[in-house]
Amino acid sequence: MATSFIETLLLTARLATLTTLILLVVGLPVSYFMAYSRFRFKPLLEAMVSMPLVLPPSVIGYYLLVAYSPNYWFGRFLNEAFDVRLAFSFEGILIASVVFSVPFMVQPLTNGLRSIPISLREASYTLGKSKIATFFKVLLPNIKPSLITAVALTFAHCIGEFGIILMVGGNMPGETRVASIAIYDEVQALNFDAANQYALTLFLISFVVLTLIYTVNKNSEPWKMM
Amino acid sequence: MENDVMELDVQKELVSAHGRMTLTIKAQLLRGELVVLFGESGAGKTTLLRMISGLTKPDSGIIKVGNSIWFDSDAGINKTPQERNIGFVFQDYALFPNMSVFYNVAYGQPQGDQLYVKELIQKFGLTEFSSRKPDKLSGGQKQRVALARALARKPDFLLLDEPLSALDADIRTSLQNEILKAHGINNTTTLLVSHDLTEVFRLAQKVLKIENGAITGFGKPDELFLNNQISGKVQITGSIVKIQKQDTFYLLTVVTGMNQLIKVTAFENDIQNLSEGDRVMVFAKAFSPLIMKI
Repeated sequence: MATSFIETLLLTARLATLTTLILLVVGLPVSYFMAYSRFRFKPLLEAMVSMPLVLPPSVIGYYLLVAYSPNYWFGRFLNEAFDVRLAFSFEGILIASVVFSVPFMVQPLTNGLRSIPISLREASYTLGKSKIATFFKVLLPNIKPSLITAVALTFAHCIGEFGIILMVGGNMPGETRVASIAIYDEVQALNFDAANQYALTLFLISFVVLTLIYTVNKNSEPWKMM
Repeated sequence: MENDVMELDVQKELVSAHGRMTLTIKAQLLRGELVVLFGESGAGKTTLLRMISGLTKPDSGIIKVGNSIWFDSDAGINKTPQERNIGFVFQDYALFPNMSVFYNVAYGQPQGDQLYVKELIQKFGLTEFSSRKPDKLSGGQKQRVALARALARKPDFLLLDEPLSALDADIRTSLQNEILKAHGINNTTTLLVSHDLTEVFRLAQKVLKIENGAITGFGKPDELFLNNQISGKVQITGSIVKIQKQDTFYLLTVVTGMNQLIKVTAFENDIQNLSEGDRVMVFAKAFSPLIMKI
């Protein structure tokens, strides 16, 4: 009991950490593009990014399962080229979790970048600095509150994700059985003590993370946060 | 020597508050000059400055500095702001909030020459604020940092977009000296956008007068603004803010470019083509004004 509890929590933490790291790397350039580009089809991209907020997890879960299936080109390609099968694996739920958490990373970052006065970027260019140097030395340091919000929200949201993990990962101990799934499973098995243990842990983690966000951002202007 | 002359010949369609207009600018700026771009707001002054800096792209034309072409629509050349050796001072200062005064200035120094950065900071009287962040500075101090930062790259052109418009009248006067100082360092060519006549006369060696997107005058301030037909020796320009009728005459209140109020009397026939808001010149013949030290 105790070892499986620890195992499940570690798995949950690993999933949330990896998802957050991947999304940070992917989310920064996407947010930059969303904030500053005047690309004609940008509303399309913005809609795509926000889809996980409105779609039931089962819809995205379903499409991911289809994509993972060796019966279709993506799954077949992975299977044949790398001998990888994503359905009901940790890698599978990692991808699902990344896809499903995109808006939690991208939206605060995009809003943060948009709130920076254009003249700061322009000043940096007139001082001879490239767009990349400007991004890392001027833009990123000035959206710290948004950055913290994005990272913490993504992490907390990953820990709380349930539906999509269940769809594409199932409930395999040590592989795809994260805390939120474990609660469901323990309740089904009428193990209310164990369910309670998980539930309380998740409750506390989320509460602490959110309190942290609001404490860190207490002194920053609200427009920089979200 | 190769950066002696800037040749400007650019056009750009603008949508302003008064509708569409085409900004058409053809001028030659000499090395080391301090030129004030003067005109009403919306006349295209800031756009011209931004086109020179590379922040805004002209629709067509050429910008040439010595032998180097910065912009040529026919040849498809458009150098980025990074490639043009300029310093730009923004109306809102645009200091980097995450950096101290020192790092704001050092950020613009491409060779990392810390001695030069310190020298600039010292020249603009900022040494004691060197480790402060911009939000702990007054408006005047911020503008001095912006000036020092714009010079860190040792630019050939220093471009200032209404740098004093956000400041109080008395701070303006002292900052005008700082601008002259900035202009003197490295023999830069300085272009300053302003709609304040006081600034023009304090600073400009030459004035480029822009109205509705076109140049309506280019020359020394005296030639452009002082109406020589009047033999007055004291001339003050300002706008009428109030016209009051007294018994047999009118009392006009005129506010000058220095934000001083002047009261002038006028008779019925003087007042006929004057109304509140008009720009006027108040002048006196050589021997009548009295002067007192204050």
